Parts: sequence; structure tokens; C-alpha cells
Amino acid sequence: MGRLTWQLGEVVATRPETARTKSITLTVPNWMGHQAGQHVDVRLTAEDGYQAERSYSIASPLEEQPRVTLTVERIDDGEVSPYLTEELRVGDRLELRGPIGGYFVWEMPMGGPLLLVAGGSGIVPLMAMLRHRAAIGSTVPTRLLYSSRSLEDIIYHEELTRLDEADQMLEVVHTLTRAQPPGWTGYARRIDTDMLREVAWPADQHPLVFICGPTPFVETAAASLVTLGYEPAHIKTERFGPTGER
Amino acid sequence: MSEGFISRGFRSRRKPGDQSGRLPPGQYLERGFPVLSAGPTPHTPLANWSFSIVGEVDQPKRWTWEEFRALPRESVTKDIHCVTKWSKFDTHWEGVSLDTLLAQVTTNARYVIAFSDGGYTTNLPMDEVLNGQAWVVDTYEGQPLAPEHGGPARLLVPHLYFWKSAKWVRGLRLVAEDEPGFWESLGYNNHGDPWKEERYWGD
Repeated sequence: MGRLTWQLGEVVATRPETARTKSITLTVPNWMGHQAGQHVDVRLTAEDGYQAERSYSIASPLEEQPRVTLTVERIDDGEVSPYLTEELRVGDRLELRGPIGGYFVWEMPMGGPLLLVAGGSGIVPLMAMLRHRAAIGSTVPTRLLYSSRSLEDIIYHEELTRLDEADQMLEVVHTLTRAQPPGWTGYARRIDTDMLREVAWPADQHPLVFICGPTPFVETAAASLVTLGYEPAHIKTERFGPTGER
Repeated sequence: MSEGFISRGFRSRRKPGDQSGRLPPGQYLERGFPVLSAGPTPHTPLANWSFSIVGEVDQPKRWTWEEFRALPRESVTKDIHCVTKWSKFDTHWEGVSLDTLLAQVTTNARYVIAFSDGGYTTNLPMDEVLNGQAWVVDTYEGQPLAPEHGGPARLLVPHLYFWKSAKWVRGLRLVAEDEPGFWESLGYNNHGDPWKEERYWGD
């Protein structure tokens, strides 16, 4: 792999996903491909030369290149995410380099079954895996457990429902931790060992696990799965801390 | 390729008299202490914990937790820099200098591979962990180091990106030839100097 050079992508579409998150689709002419789960570095430059860099997960599958989609959660006192979610518009250019990260990735030869566990915007790199899996027609048995605050906070809700309904080998399970709509029959609490015992593949099926979310969420999910007998080496985690700028 | 590019509508947050001189390129100042790890947090009981120096040494060395805690200790205050862009100033640590630990073995090794519970490894040049540049720390801000931050003990090599400061460290393997560790094999820079922005392969 050669040097990861900065390049300019052009914004070709933006799409609000929830009140706090937005997807930004760029065409990146010299994009060299990526694995589902990888991220990019984004660099903003002000007129006085001041620069700010952050990392964002790629939401789109390789199959859409040279289009690359990032989904960004706005952090109110953030420096980069408010620009990306509120200022950036179609036709603007954005400087980025990547793809980055060769561990938190899934590709077909790795097989499954797959257990994906997402908290909030931690869904983004896992969505890249689900989209890649769908794009290549993979039948790897896959379960997604996705924790959101409320129905309105579920990112990619319609698409997840569509994928779930179209694919016998995929199961999507939501939990809503703060507010549930009338008639909600799904989980209504924070993720815990009992929930994972019900949703996760039995440990003896040796599933590959990807967990992404805020630090306490990931700590709980990973520790619960270890308690349930999962091999720690098969549990891959990606966490975002208090900065939340991922 | 993108030289001279300006992000339309992005305004500088630079303020006069700020501490940006202490921030390496591409970093921002963080007040919290984010956690980044590739897998579940290991929980090794102190009774089972030990720290070893193995590899190219005359005689391998091993300390139990009690023996490690009895070694001469140092307090250090350092700025730390994570490759994911955050930096944190004036973090306080206590532990044992690698000068103290490595003085107990005879070696000609030029590289050090730190190894950890959970299988993590990271590689460092010997001349960058001696002379007051690296510690095995068990105390952060006056408290026992929390498991999610690498407790009971982690490496501290503050002049390099923080993935080199291996969490849950259990020992050093001394080697004649350099070999990439975990992240160094997965696209991250072999050296990792934040002031040269050595984040990824080829930087």
C-alpha cells in the first residue's frame, strides 16, 4: 500500500438521516477502493490556513465507488461535524484521504455468521458491511442488534427494514432506550447480557462480532459477549469517546 | 494535489494566545479521555499479573505485581497524542521507567516489541524507550489506572502516537530486527511521530 495522499472529492448528494445525522456522498476520482468498516480522514482548511482533521466511517460499499458516502453526526460544540452537516452542500469540494484501518473490516472470505452490534451512530461502519453484503449477494447469516434513543434516532431505518424483509439470512433487532412509540413491542432498554443472549448467535457457532458505539456501550456489549462464552479474539470493537467526532 | 485548497465557508477557530504550539499538526485539544481499543477489555487479576522481559537477553526477567510495585517509581506529566486526532495536555502518570526495567537485563537488541493481554503488540526502537522516554504506568491522575484505559498497567511513550503506549502491557520482547506490531501491520505508521504526522504507511 502506498502513501495515503490527500485528495479532493466533490459533494454530489446530501441526505438528512435523522435530526442529528446527515449522509454526504462524494465522488472521489482517484478512489482506490475500500473494505467495509474502514474510515477516512477529512481535513478542513480555513482562509488563514488553519486546518482541522477528523476521522469518519465510510457508510457506502465498495461497489458504489468512485462514490463514497460518509454519515456524520453533528456534535453541537464540535469543530468539524457542524460544518459537514450544516454548511457543506452539493457542488462543494471536500479534502479527504483513506481508506484507513485494516482491522474493523468484513469481507466475504471471512465468512460468518456475523453479529453486528451498533449503538447510535456506531451503525455507520456496520451499515457499510450490510450494504456490501447485500451488493455481493452474500448469504452469510447475519444479525444486527441496534440501540437507538428513540424511533426518530434510528439511522437508515427504512433501508434496514427493506434489507431485513428482503433477506431471509438477515435479522435486524432494534432496542429503543429512551422513548418508544405507542405499541412498540421491541426491546426498550439499554443493551445487556440477557438481550445479547437472546439475540446473539450461540458462542459455539463461532460468530464474527463487530461492535461500534460510544465507549460504555461497547464495554458493556463486549464484556457481555465474553461472559456468554464468545472468544475475545473474535470480537472486534470500534469506540468513540467523549468527542464523538467519529 | 489539493495544495492551496480552501474549504468554502469554514472559519478558523484559531485564537490569539492559544496553545496551538503544543498541538502537533492535525490534532485538536480534548478535555475528556477517549477510549480506543480493538477488542474487549481484558481483566487480569493482579495475582495472575506479571511483567516480563524476554527475547534477546542474557537472562529473561519477570516481576510479579508486588515486585513491580516495589521498583523505584517516577511521576511524570506529559501531553499525549492519539492518531485519531485528539491530544490531551498535562496528563499525570506514575510508574516505573523503562530505564529501570531494562537496566536489569543485558542485551544488544535494537528494538522492543511490547506485548499485552488480549494479544496486542507494538514495536519501538530501543533508543526511543531509554533515557526517560518511556514508562510502565499503573496510576493515572492519582488513581489506579482503569481497565478501559489499560489497567492494571500500560506502557507510556508520550513522544509517539498513543497506540504505541500499549494498554494491558505484560512485557517486552527484545529483538535484533524490527517487526511491525498490531496496528503497524494494519496500515498505521511504523514509527508514529505526531510532530511529523506519521499516522499511516508512507507518511
